[in-house]
Amino acid sequence: MSQLSQRPTDPIVGESHHHESAFGHVTGAALYTDDLVGRLAGVLHAYPVQSTQAHAALKSVDIAPAYEVPGVVRVITAADIPGVNDQGVKHDEPMLPVDEVMFFGQPIVWVLGNDLEAAKAGAAAVTVDYDPLPSLVSVRDAIEAESFHGIQPVIDKGDATGAFADAAHVFEGEFEFAGQEHFYLETQASLAQVDESGQIFVQCSTQHPTETQDIVSHVLGVPAHEVTVQCLRMGGGFGGKEMQPHGYAALAALGAKLTGRPVRLRLNRTLDITMTGKRHGFHSSWKIGFTAEGKILALDATLTADGGWSLDLSEPVLTRAMCHIDNAYWVPNIRVAGRIAKCNKTSQTAFRGFGGPQGMLVMEDILGRVAPKLGLSARELRRRNFYTAGQDTPYYQPVRHPERMEATWDQVVSTAEVEAREAEIDQFNAGSENVKRGLALTPVKFGISFNLTAFNQGGALVLVYKDGSVLVTHGGTEMGQGLHMKMLQVAATTLGVPLSTVRLAPTRTDKVPNTSATAASSGTDLNGGAVKDACEQILGRLTQVAAGILGAPAHEVSVTRGIVSALSSKKTIAWEELINAAYFQRIQLSASGFYRTEGLHWDLSIMTGEPFKYFAYGVAASEVEVNRFDGSYRLRRVDIVHDVGDSLSPLIDLGQIEGGFVQGAGWLTLEDLRWDESDKPSRGRLATQAASTYKIPSFSEAPEVFNVSLLDKAHEEGAVYGSKAVGEPPLMLAFSVREALRGAVAAFGSETFGAHGPSVELASPATPEAVFWAIESVRAPVIGDAAASGDAAAATAAEGLSVPS
Amino acid sequence: MSAPATQRSTAQISVNSTVHEFDGPPHTNALDFLRGVGLTAAKEGCAEGECGACAIMVARPDADGTTRWTSINSCLLPAAALDGQEVITAEGLADGESVHPVQEEMAVRGGSQCGYCTPGFICSMAAEYYRPERADDAAAATGNSAADHHCGPNGFDIHSLSGNLCRCTGYRPIRDAAYALGQPETGDTIARRRQNPAPTSASTDIHRADTATGEPGRYRRPSTLAEALDILAAEPEALVVAGATDWGVEVNIKGARAKSMLAIDRLPELRGIRRTEDHIELGAAHTLSELERELAGSIPLLGKLIPQFASRLIRNAATIGGNLGTGSPIGDTPPALLALDAQLVLTSVQGSRVVDLAEYFTGYRQTVRAAGELITAIRIPLPLAPMTSFQKIAKRRFDDISSVAIGYAVSVEDGIVTKARIGLGGVAATPLRADATEALLEGSPWTLETVHGAAETLAAEGTPMDDHRASAKYRTAMLRSSLERFYAEQEAGR
Repeated sequence: MSQLSQRPTDPIVGESHHHESAFGHVTGAALYTDDLVGRLAGVLHAYPVQSTQAHAALKSVDIAPAYEVPGVVRVITAADIPGVNDQGVKHDEPMLPVDEVMFFGQPIVWVLGNDLEAAKAGAAAVTVDYDPLPSLVSVRDAIEAESFHGIQPVIDKGDATGAFADAAHVFEGEFEFAGQEHFYLETQASLAQVDESGQIFVQCSTQHPTETQDIVSHVLGVPAHEVTVQCLRMGGGFGGKEMQPHGYAALAALGAKLTGRPVRLRLNRTLDITMTGKRHGFHSSWKIGFTAEGKILALDATLTADGGWSLDLSEPVLTRAMCHIDNAYWVPNIRVAGRIAKCNKTSQTAFRGFGGPQGMLVMEDILGRVAPKLGLSARELRRRNFYTAGQDTPYYQPVRHPERMEATWDQVVSTAEVEAREAEIDQFNAGSENVKRGLALTPVKFGISFNLTAFNQGGALVLVYKDGSVLVTHGGTEMGQGLHMKMLQVAATTLGVPLSTVRLAPTRTDKVPNTSATAASSGTDLNGGAVKDACEQILGRLTQVAAGILGAPAHEVSVTRGIVSALSSKKTIAWEELINAAYFQRIQLSASGFYRTEGLHWDLSIMTGEPFKYFAYGVAASEVEVNRFDGSYRLRRVDIVHDVGDSLSPLIDLGQIEGGFVQGAGWLTLEDLRWDESDKPSRGRLATQAASTYKIPSFSEAPEVFNVSLLDKAHEEGAVYGSKAVGEPPLMLAFSVREALRGAVAAFGSETFGAHGPSVELASPATPEAVFWAIESVRAPVIGDAAASGDAAAATAAEGLSVPS
Repeated sequence: MSAPATQRSTAQISVNSTVHEFDGPPHTNALDFLRGVGLTAAKEGCAEGECGACAIMVARPDADGTTRWTSINSCLLPAAALDGQEVITAEGLADGESVHPVQEEMAVRGGSQCGYCTPGFICSMAAEYYRPERADDAAAATGNSAADHHCGPNGFDIHSLSGNLCRCTGYRPIRDAAYALGQPETGDTIARRRQNPAPTSASTDIHRADTATGEPGRYRRPSTLAEALDILAAEPEALVVAGATDWGVEVNIKGARAKSMLAIDRLPELRGIRRTEDHIELGAAHTLSELERELAGSIPLLGKLIPQFASRLIRNAATIGGNLGTGSPIGDTPPALLALDAQLVLTSVQGSRVVDLAEYFTGYRQTVRAAGELITAIRIPLPLAPMTSFQKIAKRRFDDISSVAIGYAVSVEDGIVTKARIGLGGVAATPLRADATEALLEGSPWTLETVHGAAETLAAEGTPMDDHRASAKYRTAMLRSSLERFYAEQEAGR
């Protein structure tokens, strides 16, 4: 065991604890950014004027009428920006447009009012004169027009082209699938103030306070030390608050600077959905070759991410998608080309999994579609292609612990009684005409670390006060994932004090600087390493003091649950006594900790290296029941075994697995982003821009039976206290739902399709309507067996339809 | 027009046992009012009654004269509607250091992650915790998850949470928390409060100009139907509001403002259920939840419809008259009520008239209801057809708007269809009857052959559109397969 991963005796990590703020949540005492507004006087409220064009030149913007609305205090335009008019990191994303609007809903100017009514009325009074320009709305439009931006990386390993000649089976296809709205329950919110010395203080619902600080600082044209960003907590983030909050925080800060009054900028749901980025939808085209035994020999794929109007995080999202197209499978010869469509939509961004799910979905879709043609069950086809020891990924990273993939898979097959249930389902389906069931297993292998090596660093500040109480601040943010509780457990374990001795302070850029986003599932690895480092520094000093008091050598001193002892001393003292003694000996009782993940390297130009510290594994088995009359379905049962290393906090990890799974199931089945692709004036408008039209899973979509267990004997050498990241990987376990739907649909196929049924194409999201059309296509196959020759046909996911002609 | 005796120019609202005064513009919703007085537990997640983050509990009169703690979406309800009422928020459920059992179970079982939806969940759960029939349901719990009414071993109906969305947990720990709850203890003051009558409906008249536009605004809640009709006769353009679950969305999302609002949802003449020899009359201001409870399955088609209507939070506020008053083509009650041959009682100062629902809708959100008229009751003729079904096609099983909704009421004697009524929603600018299909069925033998023969006729009854909910082609396909589905259900149910 490494020093980083080794646990002391009786550690607090590994105990199950509820969320650090659970009692604040249930009583309403826990505050979110917008709850703070009522605590300040004279707050101004911001409301935008949004573009009503998908793409247009701005001929003129008349803000004068807004000032005639009672209560309007200020209208902010691009001309008011003293620094750099850019809210991103690629300098392609003007915070406010100067001469061109790039998507329907883009904010053009913002109105500040004494109350929200005034700001809204002011915004409604502003008139904008457009000169419409040609627009690209769908990813297909953009591909057709060759409208791309950013990098176009290529993974190339082995000889994909040559290997197809040796393949016993070659299939080709296309697959386009939709993105996903984050739908964090708390929409974007910022509250900015300026203090007596001109210091800007922004409270912001952000996953990346440092970058929020950076953007505020460059928009205002002031050094970073004039800007402090604090995030109390977020009401959900899921990647949607990694980049997206910056522009709104900067606008609020600019408003505060211009008016001297606090400025509140909170997007309502419709503003949030129409203005902020989403998970990238992708278009993919692929060609895959198999051996006679059903082993993958070669894959050639082109992935096109639907990037929207600016780059945002599209490049790393694309890179991660490409690095995950293999999922859990050994592909000896592979070529993957990636590109980013530039079109007139919101700028798509990070979302739990960050491209990984999209890359993996392409592979899982392929396997689900071709298994019947290979004469194999999809379960057998997947199992047969798992990585084994000694193999490496398409980007040449050795796959460590591939045996865990198999162990996890076999454990699910066994505990979920998969074979017996498959037989039961066959029997049920044989006797049921209108309703069919399907059961599918899918694996997850997900690389942990930011692809970009530099981001893999974390910081912490640990303060021990004279009474022995401990205050921890770290660079990570709390969005519900339980990071703060894990950090409390790490600090209490490292220092050897009870959990109640440690308290966590809100994340602030003036406590811990230059942090990375709380993203890429890395919050615990990076900040936990840093908290542990800070605590070890303090403990190192304290053991010297303790050695003196106990009359024992320093290396023998240990602190456990607040009791300080040494092997060769009968004497023990309390933690508080030790701290008191240390203070009087003038020992420093605080430390800033730092951590960087060792051993990573990545060359983006050739897409090779070892970008990931380790892989997280998981397997899910899902059973669905589908009704042929309308394509509706129920998720009857889900069994998951997931690898979180040695869990730091099992209740929290369980919550991440279950929640990630259901969110993934929502993406793949229910959540349906529809942009207006017509040539009407509403072209480019998002039609599903409210909770009433964009449906996320509710109770009735959650699995009726949900069995989740953590993989045993899963110690991870490379991470804090032997744990593994858990934020993102479980989302992709939801592929099993989609594949189970495919199986249930296939069961409606006639017997002429043979033992393994028809090859089913399923749109994504697989809404009831999409499932209905899939059933129709296998129930009434077109002459010549359309299902078997359907490889070249695109599943037109953007319409949510795959309509038989 | 006679002025009510005790008019107030501000609303007095008891929240967590403290009385607050509200004198804001009449369009102010209860959520903004609460947050404005520093009670920030209730959150805005969607502002249209879909997510439940804003849920609160209100003391409402029960049929037996006691009080029922009722969860509602505070984002849709005008604050003025709470005049004289008692409200409990998540803050008010905790008593100092000691938290409510619902809060305790949710906290320790991992029922909250980000916590933003949690106070709303807590209020929905607490209302269900105090549901008087829960103890009886505990005894009868089936554990059948497919049932629309799904009770845990403690009688907790999990569908009481169908209007609360959580994006973090995947719901399993929330379900576990709900099913772990016991019954209220004897000293529970909120439970005890149920034994006394709920606050009566205050007579409210608030004038307040809109701050931004300076437009005058007025919110009036008369005490009697006669007063309401007088107001409406004098001001036919006054906006009639009952549960405000539709109007609240217009206000929040579309910025709609009414110069004059007339609240009718507590008028005694519009409430209750009356049974005669030849019909059952439903008070127009009865909420869907009240109908569900008080009908108790006595109109089976409504018993099938109501659990699929929006969510508990919405059903607790939305009235059956309101669902017809909006004239929406995608309301869920019209297809079922059309199948039941329902009639509406429309009342004005001139008196009442009875209109067949089939004649009521005239165009997109247009009806025969004249200015000055109120829907006061809905009549369901007796006897009821023995074979009924409500098919709701939507993306999500609950808390969703129909793509297509179809209500059936069919009578078969000696194997021959003697009467067929089919109501359709979502396939035209108005809800409509499937006249041609009904005619085809009546007199035909009730067989699969008849059903197949009628499929294309039913498929052609509507003029559906493409939209973000469904394609026209799918809607037509749903009509086409509907009769066979109905037939299969009836055969399976024999």
